[in-house]
Amino acid sequence: MLKTKQKPPRVSQNLFPLKVEKLAYEANGKKLINNLNFQLEADGITALMGPNGAGKSLTLRLLHNLIEKTSGTISWNNETNQELIQNSQAMVFQKPVLLRRSVIENLRYNLHVKKITGKAQQSELIEEALTRAGLSKHANNPARLLSGGEQQKLAMARALMTKPSILFLDEPTASLDPNATIVIEDLIKAANKQGTKIILVTHDIGQAKRLAEEVLFLTAGQVSEQGPAKEMIANPKSKPAKQYFSGKIVTEK
Amino acid sequence: MTDISEAFTNAFQLIISADKNLVEIILLSLKVNLIAIFISCVIGLSIGALLAVYKFKGRTLCLITLSALMGLPPVVVGLIVYIFLSNSGPLGILGLLYTPTAMIIAQSILITPIIAALTRQTLEVMHNEYYEQLKSLGVSKLAMAKTLLWDGRYQLITVVLAGFGRALAEVGAVMIVGGNINHLTRIMTTAIALETSKGNLSLALGLGIILIILSFIVNGLVYAINLTAERQAYA
Repeated sequence: MLKTKQKPPRVSQNLFPLKVEKLAYEANGKKLINNLNFQLEADGITALMGPNGAGKSLTLRLLHNLIEKTSGTISWNNETNQELIQNSQAMVFQKPVLLRRSVIENLRYNLHVKKITGKAQQSELIEEALTRAGLSKHANNPARLLSGGEQQKLAMARALMTKPSILFLDEPTASLDPNATIVIEDLIKAANKQGTKIILVTHDIGQAKRLAEEVLFLTAGQVSEQGPAKEMIANPKSKPAKQYFSGKIVTEK
Repeated sequence: MTDISEAFTNAFQLIISADKNLVEIILLSLKVNLIAIFISCVIGLSIGALLAVYKFKGRTLCLITLSALMGLPPVVVGLIVYIFLSNSGPLGILGLLYTPTAMIIAQSILITPIIAALTRQTLEVMHNEYYEQLKSLGVSKLAMAKTLLWDGRYQLITVVLAGFGRALAEVGAVMIVGGNINHLTRIMTTAIALETSKGNLSLALGLGIILIILSFIVNGLVYAINLTAERQAYA
């Protein structure tokens, strides 16, 4: 799909390749990420996979500047100032964090933070987001009274409303039912088609097959394997990935 | 010895007839305490919200100090304010001793730490929940504090009312710095103390009844606000 010649212009283009070199992260004297090295291109959806404790969520947070690395470099097309990059990134968490406000105010808040204050532009973006999430009829309801699936749709719409170059997803469907999962996956695919690079943490092998072009497999804070999703899932080369995809429990090392 | 039932009858009569003396004392009480609570809110809510958001060196010390200040003995606060405001004190030239302003100052000193500490506690829980998402959206620390204040508004009203309840019931500090002067600095609690010692139980009881009713209203409001907030899922 992404190999065709008529690709839409990618807004994420100028931030890639993403190069991560010797990245390390320590907390309370424990090395949680240890000498992480990989490179990602602007195309497609990349799934971060691996057993619990592999450092997937931490890697996402390091890339999104939510936590500070202990050492190493993260360079977005040679730009290493993470704060500059953060504005063009967005993230959706496993459990959506919505403000204690109405649906529409949750959306407006994001625009306010991004200093998009023009009334007309605000209405247009909010309208678009509500339609995208299918929440138009709930616009004035308290966001936290929505169902789990609707809350996650709202979180997705909020993240996407400012057309970020990169969207980080930390197990966005882990606590959703199959129907809601399909809706969220459709939103992810649509966003990617519109040019947003997706970096997704998931434990759902089916989801990785459905969505991802590429898998980055982590074990114990290091990359075990990186490659095209379908090939890796069908025929993993590294030992941890083999064990993981065959359903065997992988221990820390 | 006044008969207790007679005291009650007289007290209700004073309330129903809106006795001038009684009304004056109630209005002054409300004025002093509402102004004090307003000042305490401006300072306390800001400090509480900033402490919830900013992690800095010495923060733990700040939190311990704040907790300790919550338990300030009112008479000691009264004494300190007295020393500052008395003629020989550093602020003596302002001539504030034995005025409602002095009472407002003492009350504010007592209530501000309570508001600040409870606000910090309430908003820190919310901050833990919001932090990553707000940082992801690109919200600055100061804006986070503002967001928390707004999103915690229902819980914070409870905090403010708790402070107001405490202020209404306070007697020691206002007695010392206000002097309990008739028509000038006599408020409900100090009047009750004085009238009781004078044996004028009717007025004391009348004021006591009003005080209890006010306390009921404040607590009723707290309950009602919590209920609506929960229903709205904004709590």
